[in-house]
Amino acid sequence: MDTIIETINVTKSFDGHEAVSDVSLKVSKNELKSIIGPNGAGKTTLFNLLSGQLKPTAGEVLLSGEHVTSLSPTYRTRKGIGRSFQITNVFPNLTCFENVRLAVQSKEGVYYNMLSHFTSHKKINDLAHEVLSTVLLDSKAEELAKNLAHGEQRKLEIAMLLALDTEVLLLDEPTAGMSIEEVPKILEVIKQIKETQNRTILLIEHKMDMVLDLSDSITVMFNGALLADGKPEEIMANEQVQTAYLGGLYNESS
Amino acid sequence: MNKSTIALIVLVIGLILLPFIQDSRSILILMTQIFILGVFAMSYNLLLGYTGIISFGHAMFFGIGAYSIGLIMRYYEPTYLYFLFAVVTTLILTAIVSYLVGLLTLRLHSHFFAMFTFAIAGLFLVAAEKWRSLTLGNDGITFKIPDFFKDRVIFYLLSLGLLVLAYLFFRRFTQSPFGKVLQAIRENEKRVESLGYRVFHYKIIANVISGMIAGLAGIFYAVSLRFVNTSVFSTEITLDALMMTIIGGVGTLFGPILGSAIVQFAQYSLMDLAKVHWIFERWVILFGIIYIVVVMFFPSGIVGTVKTWFTRRNKQILGKKKPEGKKSMESSKADAMKNILKGEVDG
Ligand SMILES: Nc1ncnc2c1ncn2[C@@H]1O[C@H](COP(=O)(O)OP(=O)(O)O)[C@@H](O)[C@H]1O
Ligand SMILES: [Mg+2]
Repeated sequence: MDTIIETINVTKSFDGHEAVSDVSLKVSKNELKSIIGPNGAGKTTLFNLLSGQLKPTAGEVLLSGEHVTSLSPTYRTRKGIGRSFQITNVFPNLTCFENVRLAVQSKEGVYYNMLSHFTSHKKINDLAHEVLSTVLLDSKAEELAKNLAHGEQRKLEIAMLLALDTEVLLLDEPTAGMSIEEVPKILEVIKQIKETQNRTILLIEHKMDMVLDLSDSITVMFNGALLADGKPEEIMANEQVQTAYLGGLYNESS
Repeated sequence: MNKSTIALIVLVIGLILLPFIQDSRSILILMTQIFILGVFAMSYNLLLGYTGIISFGHAMFFGIGAYSIGLIMRYYEPTYLYFLFAVVTTLILTAIVSYLVGLLTLRLHSHFFAMFTFAIAGLFLVAAEKWRSLTLGNDGITFKIPDFFKDRVIFYLLSLGLLVLAYLFFRRFTQSPFGKVLQAIRENEKRVESLGYRVFHYKIIANVISGMIAGLAGIFYAVSLRFVNTSVFSTEITLDALMMTIIGGVGTLFGPILGSAIVQFAQYSLMDLAKVHWIFERWVILFGIIYIVVVMFFPSGIVGTVKTWFTRRNKQILGKKKPEGKKSMESSKADAMKNILKGEVDG
């Protein structure tokens, strides 16, 4: 299958401490790959390297064979790598609707229009409402983002990513902090996107059991390094993973 | 048409009629100044309130406008053609200067941006002082203007026209897709970037638009006095805009206009009171106190605070039918501003 995202020996160190060390990873087009690993394993840092928030200390990042290592987040998004953040990262004093609408506006390429009223862009508004209802937030459309409950902010975070409609979606612990009943619904949304829209999804999850049946493949990170990469069954059977992650540490850190 | 639009239309009609109802020259001049500095404060508010950029050098654009008209009227001829030439010169110069200043400094952390703008405005001030052969330094130059503008009533109406146009422009602009991105930048710059927007471009464009409108206000200011000296480049001019914006309501459309009215009415009345007691001569001190009180107790300014009250009242009446409407949004903009002023936004 075609590789869409590839990292070649990427390393990121903070003051000598390697948060991501020498990771080479390939993600095939239209696959849903989960990245698991205990807290501090370097998962979020790896995402930052893929989406451009951080530049690697060494190594390369490729998108569809093209080097994007030196591109800013703005251009990586335009080229098709969208992401959501583990720590909710929205516009607190704008409404839910406006948060999402800004993402749709970018996707539609309406960048520098200064004189038309934003409500006159019907298509953008419709899309924004559609995405809000996908993540079950339509009733909160006019609420300020900062007044949302934590779980709702998480959903808004996902909505903004979905609204960007990028080829690759990086989801950093999307369900963390959501109410237990909502988690399956959101996972369902993610699955749907993958199946109906031919998207490539990278999903960081802390709890492995949640993603076992959702994922085409699973990557395990540990101490910044790539410990294992393979089909869910292979990962389950992998002895190294069992001892390092699933056995001791998983229970401690969850 | 909603209530506030109707109220504004009534207000404008009232202001148009004002010179024909009462004939106090000084009130007319005061109102004219309120309009002009209101436009200046609105241009400042585009940066401070809508984009989250703190500039301490906004006077440079005001001064460019004031000196463009002053020098051209004095050294060429006070004709309509040269007047138009001065307006075009101002627009071009302010556009170039604001573009270059933005290019050089907008990538910096907001504190450094504030300091750099302060320094650059200082350079303009020094230049105007040193180039005595042209500007006569702090003594300033007087100049003639086309007869049409000499009529106080006509000039009053023109200034009102400028204010109304600026208001309508900003109302449209801040509700446009572009304006919405600016507000998002104020809220969370990094996130705007990761949505695929080129944040730097937006900041530069905001800076240029703001600078050009400030330049227009500078022209009107100089024409109203038929005199210009180096004080148009001074920090006090920038601080006036800052104070008007914050007292009136940062990040609100009408706030800077109200702020301009309050600050200038107060200055005007305090001048009279100075005869009563010397403390009133020190209006800067008094304003300092008012300013601190506003920032502490009404951080969203007058317009912002009133809007919040109305929202609360409406909520009670409607029985929370519409949760957190658009009105309270304006007031929370001020929260963001407080953070910006404390320098917590870029962190
Ligand atoms: N900006 C940063 N500066 C310094 N250290 C960081 C930074 N970001 C992450 N780290 C460190 O890198 C390691 C990996 O963190 P992270 O990628 O967030 O892990 P995970 O997402 O797997 O929990 C941690 O030890 C963390 O403290
Ligand atoms: Mg993480």
